[in-house]
Amino acid sequence: MSNTFFFQHYGLTPRDLERYLAAALSAGGDYADLYFEYLSSTSLMVDEGMVKSASQGISAGCGIRVVAGERTGYAYTDDLTPARILHAARTAALIASGPAKEPVVGFQEKPARSLYPVTLPSVDAEITAKVELVMRGDKAARAYDPRIKEVRASYADELRHILVVGSDGTYAEDSQPLARLNVSTIAKGDGSSGRGSAGGGGRVALDFFFGEKTPEYFAGEAARQAILQLEAREAPAGEMEVVLGPGWPGVLLHEAVGHGLEADFNRKKTSAFTGLIGRRVASEKCTVVDNGTMPWRRGSLNVDDEGQPTQNTVLIENGILKNYLSDKLSSRLMGMADTGNGRRESYEHIPMPRMTNTYMLAGQDDPQDIIRSVKHGIYAVNFGGGQVDITNGKFVFSASEAYLIEDGKVTAPIRGATLIGNGPDVLTRVSMVGNDLKLDEGVGTCGKDGQSVPVGVGIPTIKVDRLTVGGTARRDPGGFMQ
Amino acid sequence: MPETQLETGNQKLETDLKEVAVDLVRRAMDGGATAAECVVREGDEFSTLVRLGQVETLKESGSKAVGVRVFFGKRAASTYSSDFSREGLDRMLKSALELARITSEDPFSGIPDESQLGSVSGDLDLFYEDVYSLPGEQRIEYARRAEKAALDTDPRIKNSDGGSFDAATGHKVLANSHGFVGEYRRSYCSLAAVPIAQDSNGNMQRDYWFSVARTLQKLESPEQVGKIAAQRTLRRLGARKVKTAKVPVVFDPLVATSILEHIFEGVNGDSVYRGASFLAGKLGEKIASDNVNVIDDGTLPGGFGSSPFDSEGVPTRRTVVIEKGFLKSYLLNTYTAKKLGLQTTANASRGLAGTPGIGPGNYFLQPGSRTPQEIIAGIPEGLYVTEFLGHGANLVTGDYSRGASGLWISGGQLTYPVEEITVAGNLKDMFLNITEIGNDLEFRGAVASPTIRIDGLTVGGE
Repeated sequence: MSNTFFFQHYGLTPRDLERYLAAALSAGGDYADLYFEYLSSTSLMVDEGMVKSASQGISAGCGIRVVAGERTGYAYTDDLTPARILHAARTAALIASGPAKEPVVGFQEKPARSLYPVTLPSVDAEITAKVELVMRGDKAARAYDPRIKEVRASYADELRHILVVGSDGTYAEDSQPLARLNVSTIAKGDGSSGRGSAGGGGRVALDFFFGEKTPEYFAGEAARQAILQLEAREAPAGEMEVVLGPGWPGVLLHEAVGHGLEADFNRKKTSAFTGLIGRRVASEKCTVVDNGTMPWRRGSLNVDDEGQPTQNTVLIENGILKNYLSDKLSSRLMGMADTGNGRRESYEHIPMPRMTNTYMLAGQDDPQDIIRSVKHGIYAVNFGGGQVDITNGKFVFSASEAYLIEDGKVTAPIRGATLIGNGPDVLTRVSMVGNDLKLDEGVGTCGKDGQSVPVGVGIPTIKVDRLTVGGTARRDPGGFMQ
Repeated sequence: MPETQLETGNQKLETDLKEVAVDLVRRAMDGGATAAECVVREGDEFSTLVRLGQVETLKESGSKAVGVRVFFGKRAASTYSSDFSREGLDRMLKSALELARITSEDPFSGIPDESQLGSVSGDLDLFYEDVYSLPGEQRIEYARRAEKAALDTDPRIKNSDGGSFDAATGHKVLANSHGFVGEYRRSYCSLAAVPIAQDSNGNMQRDYWFSVARTLQKLESPEQVGKIAAQRTLRRLGARKVKTAKVPVVFDPLVATSILEHIFEGVNGDSVYRGASFLAGKLGEKIASDNVNVIDDGTLPGGFGSSPFDSEGVPTRRTVVIEKGFLKSYLLNTYTAKKLGLQTTANASRGLAGTPGIGPGNYFLQPGSRTPQEIIAGIPEGLYVTEFLGHGANLVTGDYSRGASGLWISGGQLTYPVEEITVAGNLKDMFLNITEIGNDLEFRGAVASPTIRIDGLTVGGE
């Protein structure tokens, strides 16, 4: 415990932590915790073949939370001196109104996992190596096709040191690396334009981009997408069969079911999934999990931002709703287990239930058979982002690369279109699930109540029998009219 | 060099932050930089959420941070820190000076010319200490009253995501190596209610309403906010899908604002010089229908997008973006202006790190003369959109497709609610097809639009 980053850099002692927690509970309350964060980050961007922007930064602070019943008091400080932390603790304490409560004396540290054991965090690696990555990304995208006219390659990394201590004896610390490389392209053809974007990374060291996923890989993918759009036809409009390709299209799960299963919404009975545990919400081919324990993944965490170890939680098993995703507050108020999903954007934010890596397990179907089974529909393989209204269950996700399927064959590429459906029943219409589960490349960022956190998604190829596609072309009984 | 006058507030602290900024610029120049810029931001926030009559969260805090941008000739880099200790600031400056050695020579990089710097004179009416003047109990009471008004409106409002009251103040200091030093303070407060209604089948709908102002004096009453939130929620109950069709679509002011933002993104100099915008190269051309006039004005007193100078120290101004449908100006900062051979429009916007981007002043579509009711009355069959879901707009291709919900228009009247539908078209055509503009312009943020009607869109449903 004495080796912690914050003990070394800020002269904190276990005695200080106990003192701050006592101040937080000075007006009573059920629970208090302290979240110390020290975040260093780098970002680089190459545009028009030039490294136009390079920046580095450091932010540090401590957030203090006091919980009394369903009430939460919160205060933070970016000045880690005892006087300022005590002031914040007393501010947060105002949520409660009663006699002071004694926090547990002494902390218990749970056995630590090591899902991202990088020896040299990328944020400390040579900047010249990062410059090489973005320059290579730029060059490879331009070399792909002369119709690629604009390229932007960017690289960003961070290292987040956290320390969480709670009045129940919780003690957890972690060092969380995160890196991402991205290439975006613009193609110009005869009177048409196209846009492409590809990127990836995770809680990885810099060598990841020199070995597993190179700048050339992302550049080629971004350039291919932009060129493809030059030929794209109008997208159809209306309900039809939709085949989703493997990987990033798993954003469907994130929007359609993931958010609706976050425990805070269900505790407040404001989710379209409220009261549906044990009920069928998907076809029996669907099993969906949220797994925070995958090594190196963008959405993974050794411990969540409340100090609880993350886990692999089954959300839907063979179509039946099994679990919600919870944090400390919801698990206590709902009398259910804490699934280790309490997350926050930074020390300035109150933690709440959030997803980690959310994906559907592989099924039995051959992806080729899935496409062959469709008479008229679309095959969507890349998406921008999505959004959900958790109360009425309606969700959207926007296809950025999609094709028509005509008589069992993938034919023409189509323009970008939004797909819209209803969360609690869209998965009941999943009639085929492929054997080709894939996780995304490591680009997802999820926003909720103004807080952004990195997440992962994944899905095998699946067929949804009926989903509304928001294109512009009207559908004719025999096919699509342009 | 003009300096903005000190506004009310903690004189001691302000002086400190200005000294920090000026000192960092001087030390950057001493360290060999050929130009330097420093921004210091400080803010306080308070928020409370009351749900079903009980306080759910109370949050109160403040923070400050500093960022520097340094140039070695035509190379630039930036760093930031939340650590104001001597060592923290030294380290920040040192890494900026080191980082600037690895970036590329960019012939267009640099801070504005000395002659361009300055500040709008006079009080822009942006800062009121009264946003923090309410005692704690009364702030909670504000939030509670907004929620209660919503819950009391109708028995079908059975649940709630709460009522909230938020307040914040911000203080910004900017200094650069041409001797510019400026600062301003802004305040903000808001009140919101998010009721949930349930119909006899158990289906739920949620909607919201809010009021936002720079002073408590201009905030709408909690009762008003709660009541409108309830009405907006209730009218969604029983929503259904509709058949796929091409019909006139009317967008309420909140969703019309998000359409107007696409023009902003389209005239953003950064997209324009890269050819990443459907409006690139269209200066002087007809890009919208005759009735469309779009203005950006960073000098409106009390405006949510107002400030005396932009993020590079250039005085804000009024820019006509679209006049009678013709594209008159892009919105630019110093860098993008140089790239395009134009002058900055004082729309530089920056956080603590990185190169300045482009942000709106008060950016709006000028209102027309007809009421929203009159616009709807002219439509036999159509869609009235009150909410968008998702962000399906591609500025490069113009492809536009978004999830939507709202009310169906039949015989010139709003009839039943609709949901789980899409609205699709192409941005290149959409602005040319704005056939009506309402008289109901109201600022609830830096970007604002009245009600608009657009023809030729595809509504995707069954």
